[in-house]
Amino acid sequence: MRHYSAFAVAREALRYHTGWERAWRSPEPKKRYDVIIIGAGGHGLATAYYLGKNYGIQNVAVLEKGWLGGGNTGRNTTIIRSNYLQDPSAAIYEKSRSLYENLSQELNYNLMFSPRGVMMLAQTQHEIRGYQRTAHANALQGVKTEWITPETVKKLVPIINLDGPRYPVLGALWQERGGTARHDAVAWGYARACSAMGMDIIQKCEVTGIRSENGRVMGVDTTKGAIDCDKLGIVVAGHSGVLADMAGFRLPVESVALQALVSEPIKPCMDVVVMANTVHGYMSQSDKGEMVIGGGADGYNNYTQRGSFHHIEETVRALIETFPMISRLKMLRQWGGIVDMTGDRSPILSKTPLGNCFINCGWGTGGFKAIPGSGWGMAQLMATGHSPLTEAFTLDRFKEGRFIDESVAAGVAH
Amino acid sequence: MLLLHCPYCGVDAEETELSPGGEAHLTRHGPGASDDDFHDYLFTRENPRGVHFDRWRHAHGCGKWFHAARCTQTLEVFGTYSAQTSAPPQKICDAISKKRPGWSWRDLS
Repeated sequence: MRHYSAFAVAREALRYHTGWERAWRSPEPKKRYDVIIIGAGGHGLATAYYLGKNYGIQNVAVLEKGWLGGGNTGRNTTIIRSNYLQDPSAAIYEKSRSLYENLSQELNYNLMFSPRGVMMLAQTQHEIRGYQRTAHANALQGVKTEWITPETVKKLVPIINLDGPRYPVLGALWQERGGTARHDAVAWGYARACSAMGMDIIQKCEVTGIRSENGRVMGVDTTKGAIDCDKLGIVVAGHSGVLADMAGFRLPVESVALQALVSEPIKPCMDVVVMANTVHGYMSQSDKGEMVIGGGADGYNNYTQRGSFHHIEETVRALIETFPMISRLKMLRQWGGIVDMTGDRSPILSKTPLGNCFINCGWGTGGFKAIPGSGWGMAQLMATGHSPLTEAFTLDRFKEGRFIDESVAAGVAH
Repeated sequence: MLLLHCPYCGVDAEETELSPGGEAHLTRHGPGASDDDFHDYLFTRENPRGVHFDRWRHAHGCGKWFHAARCTQTLEVFGTYSAQTSAPPQKICDAISKKRPGWSWRDLS
């Protein structure tokens, strides 16, 4: 792997950029790997990366049905925060956020991590109490957040309208160290680093079956033939249920569509991320100047990766009251992704009923922010059989009633 | 936008007129059930990529609950039917089989 640097840019500029090599290899699959990860999105690639980096397990393949980072990794609104209520959530999301801080340097790939601050607006009395409680919980967890007044909100976001008739801004939960990152670059950066360690990232390779013997996973059948493995990690977000079915167990997960849209690019007008959970509207401004707007999830099972116009209308209608200036913007494009929702809106990082088969799913509407932490914990779980980061997120917590109830904490899906 | 026919009032309702109610034909395990059965009733769902049966309420209309047979991969609707049943009627199954030959579903008993 050639190092990216200012010197490399200058060198290539002198020879018309003919010397750049491909960021990752695209090999044919070998017959056998120590570990196979299904899903080359952010979470799958991060899992592979930390398996190699932290545990020296480098005989790894990452299989991808479509193209690398083409699922939810490339479809989210790129928000990174860790202001969760429950301790296990705060631990894994804060681990993730702190890893993001140095990840560009570590991967030698510019993720454009921008800790510009994340603001969650309180627009009802219920939210005021909820967010103040979260701020106290965060203080105990060592996550730096604070409750801010409407005046401070206005100072940070001059384009906001504080006294809308339906959704007045009553304050906000502010996480200064939260922000955004370039979502595709996260997948690309991890892929490049994995490839440099000798791992095989195999795109356009759909898993069609999971082979097992005596209750242990033996390998997978794919559109590029059968591949054996010692350990298998299923990290496929929306299609987790389909893969679990192949592995012979069922999941407490439902797949629904979540959509987002961006406006035409405009001059810089808002340099923080604003989340309005009551109205399911999330907005930030990308480096290109587009207003990036996330909406709510559909209420019914759906695998189509398409959005729907009435959800756009609902989201935009509510946001216009809080941000009157966006009413004149044109929408540039909209898209949908399939998210895997669990009963308590917290992820599952767990062993499964099938031996040596592990699953990482259920991140629902908030997986992007968790990519480094999720990969870190999942790699530890797969390599050693136990991880303090993932121990609360087991598959059997639903049966045992040990929910990590972030749906109650946030009041909404997040 | 999904368009579903309400089998009670006969209106072809748009999605915005309806409220989704999750998977249909769940066996409702109650007191005395095993932990596994109760867990599955509460949390485990079929979540198929393909033919799916779900519950809908004609919320901004007649207010009645009904069931729909849909494809989650294409959003095609195979039909809607009364909620007063524990399994999809033969007519709906036939309509699905016609469009998805070889289709099968879990044991609905």
